[in-house]
Amino acid sequence: MSEKYSFGVNPITCHAWNKERSQLASSPNNHEVHIYQRGGPGCEWPLTDVLEQHDLRVTGIDWAPNTNRIVTCAADRNAYVWTQTEDGKWKPTLVLLRINRAATCVRWSPKENKFAVGSGARLISVCYFEKGNDWWVSKHIKKPIRSTVTCLDWHPNNWLLAAGSADFKVRVFSGLIKEVEGTPTEPSKWAAKTTLGTCLAEFCNSNLGGGWIRSVSFSEDGNRLCWVSHDASICLVDITKGLTVHKLRSKHLPFLNCVWVGPSAIVVSVGSCLQLNLILSIGFDKNAHFLNILPCSAMRKFQSLDRQARLESSDTELETVHQNAITCLRIYKGERGSASKLSTSGADGQLVIWDLQVNSPLKFQNV
Amino acid sequence: MTTNTLSSAFRKIDVDLYNEDSYREDEQGEPQSPPAGPDPSEVTALLDAGNNIEALKVVLRNAPLSSRNQQVKDAAVQLTLKVLMSFKSSQIDEAIAALDTETIDVLMKYIYRGFEFPSEKRSGQLLIWHEKVYAIGGAGSIVRVLTDTKRA
Repeated sequence: MSEKYSFGVNPITCHAWNKERSQLASSPNNHEVHIYQRGGPGCEWPLTDVLEQHDLRVTGIDWAPNTNRIVTCAADRNAYVWTQTEDGKWKPTLVLLRINRAATCVRWSPKENKFAVGSGARLISVCYFEKGNDWWVSKHIKKPIRSTVTCLDWHPNNWLLAAGSADFKVRVFSGLIKEVEGTPTEPSKWAAKTTLGTCLAEFCNSNLGGGWIRSVSFSEDGNRLCWVSHDASICLVDITKGLTVHKLRSKHLPFLNCVWVGPSAIVVSVGSCLQLNLILSIGFDKNAHFLNILPCSAMRKFQSLDRQARLESSDTELETVHQNAITCLRIYKGERGSASKLSTSGADGQLVIWDLQVNSPLKFQNV
Repeated sequence: MTTNTLSSAFRKIDVDLYNEDSYREDEQGEPQSPPAGPDPSEVTALLDAGNNIEALKVVLRNAPLSSRNQQVKDAAVQLTLKVLMSFKSSQIDEAIAALDTETIDVLMKYIYRGFEFPSEKRSGQLLIWHEKVYAIGGAGSIVRVLTDTKRA
């Protein structure tokens, strides 16, 4: 069964886990980031620290598992890297993003030596630590982004970066910082050119135009890229098969998040309190054709209850576990190629941990 | 406070005009000769022969969604509405079953376009279409009416 925790009435805009999954960083839809420690019965999530440095709403949190650093970005155009001091408190370091619009999303690179911040200033700041000045500095990726960057994901090779934006396009850039990592030796199927900011691939979300990109994700081996967009569709590119975009237009309201849970399986979340807050598993075959789209079972809360016995008119509780849109979806257990548990946070102030083996009937086979 | 709060003229001001880097749709991606839309004589011939389903397929397949010529688009809307009106309520299910998912989305766009200029008889018929298309296409097809930039 899924674990369900409530953190009050405020929406949880985003959340992130530490490596052991014993600590949780989440933002209650304001300028604060709360750090919780998994506790015992009675007080399941005691609050251990409040990170107060931003002036406006926090838009992104990412926790680097191995170096144990938290990066946060917010609508105040700033980002901070937080490191833990010996007494357990978190100390901020300002990052020079050099942007004139809100930051929208942030992601550590797989090696955790740099991170990328998307923003409304139509650019991506790739940030790294400059030892000489003892300071986090950034380099910009500008062209040819024509609208707000809404989501980011790093390729496992640590230098390719996928970005989705509100100009209805998904792009793959080189996010290589020569000062930090030299030149990559690992060849990539996506491109040969490595200069920072080179747009290596550009995908149009729809041949009918439209659809902001809501979430983008590389597969574990980095050969497949999927994204979900506001036209209620899910798209997939397999670079080993070329640049063709496989698009599945769904019956549901737009998906807000997507994540790889197996070599050929994606989980997406539907975000609206008007429709059921489903998590869907999507499987596809080796030619990247979508096979099936399955609601994870046991998502319904009252499945076993007799619905006739309840008074419909006085019933304000939705049938799904989340009572409002799911804002953030993360892997809780496993890696992106083999995830077994996921966590979701919602605008209803809840955090839910899902067990895929129990909740989803989809068997993630290797194909 | 302004005295005339009912005025909505301010909504029509193009504020992006003064923004030098405002977003514009791609222009180079457009085909040189935009689709001319469905052939009215072909559609009328199919309707006269009682082959409504085939006529519906023809208008939806040739829908000039990416055309920039408003006259072409308007003509296609009128023709599509004419085809939709020619169906009996009992035939609609059969017609929708014959369409693939992409064509369902195109159909939904024309249904909403039809709602833009209501008339008593047509609106009722369009609502029946809407109900049945929604049963197949779900909320997703309505979302795509709103989000797609290439409209009916």
